[in-house]
Amino acid sequence: MEVGIVGYGVYIPRYRLKVEEIAKIWGGDAERIKRGLFLEEKSVPGPDEDAATIAVEAARNAVKRAGINPQEIGAIYVGSESHPYAVKPTATIVAEAIEATPDLTAADFEFACKAGTAGIQTCMGMVGSDMIKYGMAIGTDTAQGAPGDPLEYTAAAGGGAVIVGKDGAQTLATIDDTYSYTTDTPDFWRREMRPYPKHGGRFTGKPAYFKHVLSAAHGLLRKLQLTPKDFTYAVFHQPNGKFPLQAGKELGFTKEQIMLGLITPKIGNTYSGASMIGLAAVLDQAKPGDRILVVSFGSGAGSDAFSITVKDGIETKRDAAPKVADYVNRKVNIDYATYTKFRQLLVR
Amino acid sequence: MRKVAIIGVGLTKFGELWDISFRRMITEAGARAIEDAGIDGKRIDAMYVGNMSAGQFIRQEHIASLIADQAGLTPIPCTRVEAACASGGLALRQAMISVASGIHDIVVAAGIEKMTDVLAEQTTEALATAADQEWEAFVGATFPGIYALMARRHMYEFGTTEEQMARVAVKNHHNACFNPCAQYQMEITVEDVLNSSPVNTPLKLLDCSPITDGAACVILAPADKAREFTDTPVIIAGTGQASDTISLHDRLTLTGLAAAKKAAELAYKMAGVGPNDMDLAEVHDCFTIAEIMAIEDLGFCKKGDGGKVTEQGETAIGGRIPINTSGGLKGKGHPVGATGIAQAVEITQQLRGEAGKRQVNGAEIGLTHNVGGSGGTVVVHIMKRGD
Amino acid sequence: MSVPRFWREIPNRYNLIGTKCGNCNKVFFPPRYICPKCRRIGKLEPYKLNGKGKIISFTITHVAPNGFEDQAPYALAIIELDEGPCLTAQVTDCDPNQVKIGDRVEMVFRRIGQDGEDGAIYYGYKAIPA
Repeated sequence: MEVGIVGYGVYIPRYRLKVEEIAKIWGGDAERIKRGLFLEEKSVPGPDEDAATIAVEAARNAVKRAGINPQEIGAIYVGSESHPYAVKPTATIVAEAIEATPDLTAADFEFACKAGTAGIQTCMGMVGSDMIKYGMAIGTDTAQGAPGDPLEYTAAAGGGAVIVGKDGAQTLATIDDTYSYTTDTPDFWRREMRPYPKHGGRFTGKPAYFKHVLSAAHGLLRKLQLTPKDFTYAVFHQPNGKFPLQAGKELGFTKEQIMLGLITPKIGNTYSGASMIGLAAVLDQAKPGDRILVVSFGSGAGSDAFSITVKDGIETKRDAAPKVADYVNRKVNIDYATYTKFRQLLVR
Repeated sequence: MRKVAIIGVGLTKFGELWDISFRRMITEAGARAIEDAGIDGKRIDAMYVGNMSAGQFIRQEHIASLIADQAGLTPIPCTRVEAACASGGLALRQAMISVASGIHDIVVAAGIEKMTDVLAEQTTEALATAADQEWEAFVGATFPGIYALMARRHMYEFGTTEEQMARVAVKNHHNACFNPCAQYQMEITVEDVLNSSPVNTPLKLLDCSPITDGAACVILAPADKAREFTDTPVIIAGTGQASDTISLHDRLTLTGLAAAKKAAELAYKMAGVGPNDMDLAEVHDCFTIAEIMAIEDLGFCKKGDGGKVTEQGETAIGGRIPINTSGGLKGKGHPVGATGIAQAVEITQQLRGEAGKRQVNGAEIGLTHNVGGSGGTVVVHIMKRGD
Repeated sequence: MSVPRFWREIPNRYNLIGTKCGNCNKVFFPPRYICPKCRRIGKLEPYKLNGKGKIISFTITHVAPNGFEDQAPYALAIIELDEGPCLTAQVTDCDPNQVKIGDRVEMVFRRIGQDGEDGAIYYGYKAIPA
């Protein structure tokens, strides 16, 4: 396909809410929940942050790493479940904020947690067919968990951006290929104008997450004639810390291959940002020649699988912007009351 | 250019005047001034009115026409001027210039603001329009916030303390007790000020002037005709006006108002006097820090000493340079457009020896200092007792 | 704030684009259209500031204006940018009680406010401790 990643960037807000703080309010057993979800705390956006401000930070970081003139970006796609507007794209706000306007196309995507990776595939097509020179795909969310619902422990905020370009001197990694597995599976959804999503409980497991993630992974490995041993790292969509380890195990990956790209235990599920942040965490440390499998998952349902091979360019580029670990470690813990104020759960 | 005198003054009580409308306030203040001047209203040639925001507070523009109409004085020319909180001072200056130039003889300079017909949040928003809407108000700055930024820097550069700022409020409340028109007639202590709720650190509730309704009016005449009307004419010996950037962040300094220094310089020059010649002054204490900066800008003390000088009692009635004997904006109240005129009323009463328990003995020369916004406009007048 | 008024200033608010006088090289932010010094011979061109500066005064806002109540108490500061001009902005992502004159800050893209629940959302700059 001859396309690659020219730059990448992430942003994670600094506030954290520990499992203990939520459990205290709703009467949960914090230790059991932490073990069951393999998660300690989740990121919370500040009162002046939203999916657009997070997308802008991630995009600016990606442009810094890419070292390109933003005017050469021909397309920007922003995927989210928490776009600030129902109608008026986040993508144009990002486009102005990185000075990419006006010679570009833009749109917002929705496909639950895989809206960002769907954008990567679109950019691959546009770059590969020479329609544009560079395309940017962003996955960003300030996910909202209903108070008292189990999802409240994991619904977090963060975003990742990837700039796709023709494979060449500027790319820091090649996107070898992509394969997607998509069906109409209503495992988790949110109706128009309702504030919180609903989900099918245990139905979200085998028939949803695992079926699509495993099928997409198998599909790509078959297409490329590769096995788990051919990969250095595997990044899976990470609604909690456990599912990726389970999926990886079933596919034949080792825990060591998965841990570098597993960030949810420290920051929660950043929804559309999750797979992109997992990929960024791996790119922050991978060596030239390493091959990475990325499999996202979006409820509704579908998975996008990518095989990505790291190139020499990465060592000079990755220090140009803050890394995932920098954002993970820059944190301030808040209590549940502050969380409700920030998330405007108590409306005046 | 002829010399101009004040021949009559009048004002309403300042306060939350629920029963009294905008129209009634202006006619009340005007009637008192006319009575004080002993003049027939038909002799008035023109009016200048200062008002900041009738459009926002009572949804009424074109108040020049409304006021001439309500006063029963049509068809004389009536002009509304606006410079935020300096609207009153500006009206006085424009009126003075029209008499000095010979175009008019007897001219009314009035100021009025009706602030309490809307909720406090709307009042605050209306007042904030004196600041830069695009680059100050838009990012969350309020009026108290902008003055608080000046206070914080003044404390940083000169060691001014919150106690020194509190003393301004204490003095002005004390003075207001002797002013029957003042909004507040109660003493407060430094402790009261320090313990009042924070608004914008370091400013607390009692560091801030209140929301007030009120109107004030003075009548001007050529000085050589003044004795036709009064035995105690007060001559406007000097006037000065200056502008500065609307936003605080664009100023050259955060700890004083360049426009105040400039306006004062022009007024002193015209009057042929200097700061040491002043017997008293009414200055624009919209916040306690504003009075401290004012006495520095006007040359009553060295730059940075405003807090110390206040603390040492030099600005009390009976002190070296009594400031705000009326109670100032803090004690008397601050109906925005009326304040500049009310300052002139106080100085006039003092120079006539009519200030009762607030009287500064032997007062012969006084100064008024009226500021718009955070210092974008300043108008200074100097008045002398007429011979 | 009306939509056209906000929209017109998006490059300034999102990307700190000010102006620079081609004659005396003074940089202005917020942007100016006349150089006070050079006046008719001043040639003002757009100029992007890099967003780094230091706090020269601040206040903690307890009584917030309409639309900012949920963020109170917040720190509001005057920041001197490295290129020279000063601007007013909130300081976010910090404990307002820890803000000091002299602190280094950088400007970031944040949500400033909205025109009510149904209205447009205003984005712009705030400062964070550097």
